[in-house]
Amino acid sequence: MSAPAAGMKVATPKAAQMNVVQAVNLALDDAMAADPSVIVFGEDVGDKEEGGVCGVTKGLSTKYGDARVRSTPISEQAIVGAAIGAAIAGMRPVAEIMLMNFTTVAMDMIVNHAAKLRFMSGGQTHVPLVLRTMTGAGMGSGGQHSDYFEAWFAHVPGIKVVAPSNPADAYGLMLSCIEDDDPCLYIEHLLSYWAPGKPPARGERVPIGKAKVALAGNDVTLISYSGMMAHCAAVAALLAKDGIQVELIDLRTISPWDTETVLTSVAKTKRAVVVHEAVRNFGVGAEIAATVSEQLFGSLKAPVQRVGGAYCPVPFSKPLETAFMPGEAQIEAAVRKALS
Amino acid sequence: MSNTALPPREVLIDIYRKAALIKQNDERFRAVIKSGKLAMVYYSPRGQEIIPSAMSVNLGRDDYVVTIYRGIHDMLAKGVPVKQLWAELGGRATGTCKGKGGAMHVTHPASGVMVTTGIVGASLPIANGLALAAQLRGEKRVSVAYFGDGATNIGAFHEALNMASVWKLPVVFVCQNNSYGEHTKLAYSTAVPNIAIRAVSYQMPGITVDGNDPLAMYQVAREAVERARSGAGPTLIEAKTFRFFGHVLGDADAYMDKGEKAAAMARDPVPLYRAWLISTGHATEQELAGIESGIEKEIDEAVEFTLASPFPDTAELRRDVFKEEIAA
Repeated sequence: MSAPAAGMKVATPKAAQMNVVQAVNLALDDAMAADPSVIVFGEDVGDKEEGGVCGVTKGLSTKYGDARVRSTPISEQAIVGAAIGAAIAGMRPVAEIMLMNFTTVAMDMIVNHAAKLRFMSGGQTHVPLVLRTMTGAGMGSGGQHSDYFEAWFAHVPGIKVVAPSNPADAYGLMLSCIEDDDPCLYIEHLLSYWAPGKPPARGERVPIGKAKVALAGNDVTLISYSGMMAHCAAVAALLAKDGIQVELIDLRTISPWDTETVLTSVAKTKRAVVVHEAVRNFGVGAEIAATVSEQLFGSLKAPVQRVGGAYCPVPFSKPLETAFMPGEAQIEAAVRKALS
Repeated sequence: MSNTALPPREVLIDIYRKAALIKQNDERFRAVIKSGKLAMVYYSPRGQEIIPSAMSVNLGRDDYVVTIYRGIHDMLAKGVPVKQLWAELGGRATGTCKGKGGAMHVTHPASGVMVTTGIVGASLPIANGLALAAQLRGEKRVSVAYFGDGATNIGAFHEALNMASVWKLPVVFVCQNNSYGEHTKLAYSTAVPNIAIRAVSYQMPGITVDGNDPLAMYQVAREAVERARSGAGPTLIEAKTFRFFGHVLGDADAYMDKGEKAAAMARDPVPLYRAWLISTGHATEQELAGIESGIEKEIDEAVEFTLASPFPDTAELRRDVFKEEIAA
């Protein structure tokens, strides 16, 4: 990985704006300044190694020292294990597993240990770590550098999963995750890393487990998170021209997800569409659709629609990769189907 | 017994007290399981008593231990209370973990047992993290990872040794080499004859020691703990031993060579040490018998306590998943 990828257009944020890379960096900086137990480690995170492959941790080792901000060997099990042990001992580690696909080689540490130690110890220990990881198709990285695995982790009791879609949420959720007493998986979307957005208010936390109504509307509820939010917003704007009022919900936290906000919205609109980049089968959309159906079956005017990645590994060739990812046409079609 | 410099008498007795507790506790566990009063999959540590006993006399209560499914000896040696340990293995609400962990996940931070894992190789990376916390805070705590010889063929072992060496972490890796990974002989599964050789790749001392020899084990443990505590970094100890009751209780041992187990049991390290303490005048028969009857009484009380203890409430399903209780 090197960032931004060759050929990608990178907007320079205007003075009043900020991108996600800067927002996560600022959150880490603020957390480290406020609490000496916050430590950062992962592959290439130190400034000698260029402050992270995408620059998210740039400046931190210079400011806080090589002891608190450490580049690690390429050893994902050792990275997560070190974070678990340090967290049990009372530190607040923010460990980076560079790409989400690399979490697969540390699944034992994440699933069997980080997520379960509080429960298995009867509450005597807890594991307040944050695991940062980045992912997303669309950069031509192929089958092992692009996957969204949030549903796997959401299926494991004991770990919280967040996926911000914009700089303000990225900042606020990072602060909340660091302060949370349980392990949090923090998913960053590669393609939108450098997209400028509204900057966060310094120190403002975004609560874990709380969705945001990004756009109010009465006709249909569109639920998404992470990189897909931008596409959903574009579709909502397009449909508004046809007089269709979409209520767009940014889930922000995938587990535990905000059933209240979602159900309140769908109770009003009576129609719902869930969109994620992860493969559609057995995805987060299935859980949301099932919950909406269980709770609101009698009042729904249409089956809940799910939009997700194609059932195949993320392909390399550009047209294939584009076809794999849920596109705006697909989202629009799903919304129209829910309205029909 | 090896000819190394003798530790003080009280340390010799302390090692015996721990080893005798582990032995007697294991004997009772097996008896109670066979009686049907407790039901569990049990990984007996019998035969491996000396290793954690000699390690633990070099550790303080604040020092950390991460151990594995065959780890009851490690827990008892570090000071986990017998009563709460039994109650945990009995799945009772009064157990160390309210019955939610069981034998493979006993945790008791008050005695420094921070994690017990059922996953081979997983103790090492977590011990590193505990050591990292101690290092960053400038504490003089040492972190000990126990594991078997089988764990040295899994990636986590190698990742953890490398990271500990690169970061000079105050950690001691203690491989209890009992010659078998589950049912497979070390020679069939492992490219090196001695696990300690593997330390060479990670630029740390690697020491093979007779783990059933209390004096040799004590000496090696002391040096490794001092090295870690002084900031000089990790050590890999390979303590050779043998497990008397197979991989899991009820194991037919059909994979062992004929006579192999009987020969090992004939060299039972606990009675051998007992005889040595008496024959060399470090202890009297009466003194050791007193220790043993005290242990027996403690175990009696633990069994009674466990069987009289309630099972956890099913509301525990919603507790300790997260800090916040999950809504019913």
